[in-house]
Amino acid sequence: MAQLGEPALEWTRKHLLGLEDLSAEELDIILDTAESFREVSTRKRKKVPTLTGKVVVLMFVEPSTRTVTSFSLAAGRLSADTVSFSKGGSSISKGETLVDTARNIQAMGCDVIVLRHSAPGAPHLLARNLECSVVNAGDGAHEHPTQGLLDMFTIRERKGHIEGLTVGICGDIKYSRVARSNIWGLTKLGARVVVCGPATLIPDGIEEMGVEVFHDLDEFIPQCDVINILRIQLERQKSGLFPSIREYARVFGINSERLERAKDGLLIMHPGPMNRGIEITPAVADGPHSVVLDQVTNGLAVRMAVLYLVCGAKG
Amino acid sequence: MAKTTLIENGRVICPGQGIDKRLNLLLAGGTVAELTEGRPEADETIDATGLIVAPGLIDMHVHLREPGMEGAETIATGSAAAVAGGFTTIACMPNTEPAVDNEAGTEFILLQAERAALARIYPVGAVTKGRLGRELAEIGQVSRAGAVAFSDDGSPIHNAEIMRRGLEYARMFDRVVIEHCEDPDLSGEGVMNEGTMSTILGLPGIPSASEEVAIARNIILARLTGARLHVAHVSTAGGVELIRRGKAAGAHVTAEVTPHHLALTDECVRTYDPVFKMNPPLRTADDVAALRDGLRDGTIDVIASDHAPHPPESKQVEFSQAPFGVIGLESLLPVAITELIDEVLDWPGLIATLTVAPAAVLGIDRGTLRPGADADVTLIRPDQRWTLDVERFRSRSRNCPFHGREVTGRAVRTIVGGNTRFRAD
Repeated sequence: MAQLGEPALEWTRKHLLGLEDLSAEELDIILDTAESFREVSTRKRKKVPTLTGKVVVLMFVEPSTRTVTSFSLAAGRLSADTVSFSKGGSSISKGETLVDTARNIQAMGCDVIVLRHSAPGAPHLLARNLECSVVNAGDGAHEHPTQGLLDMFTIRERKGHIEGLTVGICGDIKYSRVARSNIWGLTKLGARVVVCGPATLIPDGIEEMGVEVFHDLDEFIPQCDVINILRIQLERQKSGLFPSIREYARVFGINSERLERAKDGLLIMHPGPMNRGIEITPAVADGPHSVVLDQVTNGLAVRMAVLYLVCGAKG
Repeated sequence: MAKTTLIENGRVICPGQGIDKRLNLLLAGGTVAELTEGRPEADETIDATGLIVAPGLIDMHVHLREPGMEGAETIATGSAAAVAGGFTTIACMPNTEPAVDNEAGTEFILLQAERAALARIYPVGAVTKGRLGRELAEIGQVSRAGAVAFSDDGSPIHNAEIMRRGLEYARMFDRVVIEHCEDPDLSGEGVMNEGTMSTILGLPGIPSASEEVAIARNIILARLTGARLHVAHVSTAGGVELIRRGKAAGAHVTAEVTPHHLALTDECVRTYDPVFKMNPPLRTADDVAALRDGLRDGTIDVIASDHAPHPPESKQVEFSQAPFGVIGLESLLPVAITELIDEVLDWPGLIATLTVAPAAVLGIDRGTLRPGADADVTLIRPDQRWTLDVERFRSRSRNCPFHGREVTGRAVRTIVGGNTRFRAD
C-alpha cells in the first residue's frame, strides 16, 4: 500500500479517461491508495500537504453537485490549489471551443484538469491536445470512472472482496456512464455483472462488454449480491423510450416487497440524484440494505487517490 | 496542325473497349486519335514505361462547397485536388449555400469550373427546392443548364411521395436521381454506427436499418416509376443485398461505395477523433466484407469519394459536435489500389468503377479512350509505395481519415483535353 505523499511507483498513467483501459492491477492500486487516504477525512484537521503547489482545475461544463464538491474537497485535502468553473460562467458560453478554453487554463499553469462534459470523448479530446493530466468526471454516456471506482471501493469495503460477487445494475443502461464504468471495473476484478432494464434502454451489443441482460426484476433480484440502481432521466419518457413514469415505477422500481426475495446482505447502491418513488422507494433508499451515503463518503477518498496518482505519474 | 502527343510503352486499360494491352496512345487536338502498336510521329512523347494508361478517372460524388462554404473548399481548390488525385472529371453535389436548385446556380458552377480550368465539372442539381424535401426543383431548366443528375445529397428525401415525383419527373429528362438513403427518424441523434462500439463509447448510434429501410423504399419507388436510381455511398451488408435483389428484379438501380467504407470500420471511432465521423458512418468488418463482395460481383458499380471538406477548426471539437464528412479526392485511388487490387478487383475491374461505370450512371460520354473521345487520360504508377500526407494535399481541407497511411500506387499524370493538368514531382 502506498504511503501518504510517496509517489506510487507502479502508476504510470497521466490521465484517467475511463476504466476500460485499466488493468486489474491498476484498479487495485487506485482502491488501495484510496484506502490509505480514507483516514485523512476522519481527522480533525482534514488536510495533508501531498499536492502542495499543484493546481487542479475543475471544468464542469455539464452541471453537477456531488461530483464537483467531492473533487473540490479531495483536491483541498491534498493541499492542491483549485479553480472551478461551469459553462454559464465561462467563455465556453461565448462560443470558445473546449480545446481553446482548456489551453488557456493550461497556459496559467495547471497540473490536472477534471472535466465533466455532456459529449462522450470530450476528455480524450483534451488529453490529445494538452500537456497536463486529464481526469474524466463523466463524459456523456461514456464513462464516469471515479464513480465506478467509488462503487467498487464501497463493495470491497462492505463485502471484503469483489471477485465472485454478482453485481446487478438496474435501469437506464443505454445512457448511463456509471453503468459502463461499473461494468468494466467490476468484470476486471472478477465480479459477474448482470443488468436489468426496459429493452429500449439496454443498448445494442452490451453482452459483448461481458454482462448478462435481464428484463424481469423478480428474476434479476435474487441473483444479486449488490444492486446499483440508476437514476431514470424523466426526459427519456418524453422521447418515447418507455410509456410512462407510472409503468416504469411498477415494472422496474425497486421496493421492499421485491427485496424479500433478495439474498441476505444485499447492498443497495445509487449514484444519485435519486428519484424517490420511481426507480427506488424511500423505504429502500433509507433501509438497511442501502449504502448510498457510504458511496458519497468513499468518493472523496477515491478522488484523492486519483488526483494523487495522476500527479505522481508525471514525475 | 493540332498538337499531337504520344503516350508510349504503357499498359493501356480501357474497360469500355475491353482493352488491357501494351499499346501506344496518340492524342491529337484534344481528342484521342488512335491506340496503336505502331509508333506514330508526335510533337510530344510521354514515356509511360511501367505505368498504366487509363481513361481520365471520374469521381461522381464530390462536395466542392462553393458557393457558401469557401473556407472548406472552392471550385478551384477542389479542381486542383481532383486532378492531383487522377480525376479528370467530377460531379459536384448541390448542398451548397444556397443550394444548386436553379439555372443560375448551375451556370455559376460551370463558370467557376471554366475559370479554374483544371478538371471537367458536372453539376448535380437538387431534387427539391432548397433541398428541403417539400417541392420539386426546376429539374427541366437545371438539366438544360448542365446538371447531369439530381440529388438532395447530405439529406435524404424523407417523404416517399416527393421521392416518387422526383423520380418520375427526372426520368422525363433522362436524368438519374442519386439518393442518400437514410431514414432520419431511425438515425435520430446518431453520430456513428450503432453496435457494440457505440455502446462502449456511449455515442448515439445510427443503425444499419436506417440505410436499409431507405434503400428498400427507394428501390420499390424506382420500380414503380421506371426511373433510374443511384444509391450513394452504400455502407451496410443489408444495403448491398437489397441492391443485388433490386437489380435482379429489374429495377434501374446502380450503386456506389466509398474507399473509407471499404477500408475502415467503426473501431476507428475509439479515438473519438472526428476525422472518422461521416454519414453514413463507418460500419463493421462484416459490412466491409459485404461491400467488397458487392464490388466483386458487380452489385456495386462505382467507387466514389464523397469528398466532403470541412475546415480544421470544425473537426477540432467534441466528436458529437463535429460535422459529418471526410475528404477523399487525393486518397481514393491509392487507397483503392492498396485495398482492392488482386484481393477484390483486377486492374480493368478497378478502372471500370472509376471510368465507364460512373459515366454510364451520369449518362456522359466519358471514361473511354475510344478514338474521337476527349483526350482525358490518367497515368498511374501502380507500384509506387508512399505515405499519404494531408499537408501535401491540394484540397483546402485536411479531414482525411487516411492521413499517414502507407499506400501503393498513385496517379502520376492527369491529362484533360490533351493538356497535362497535374504531374507528380
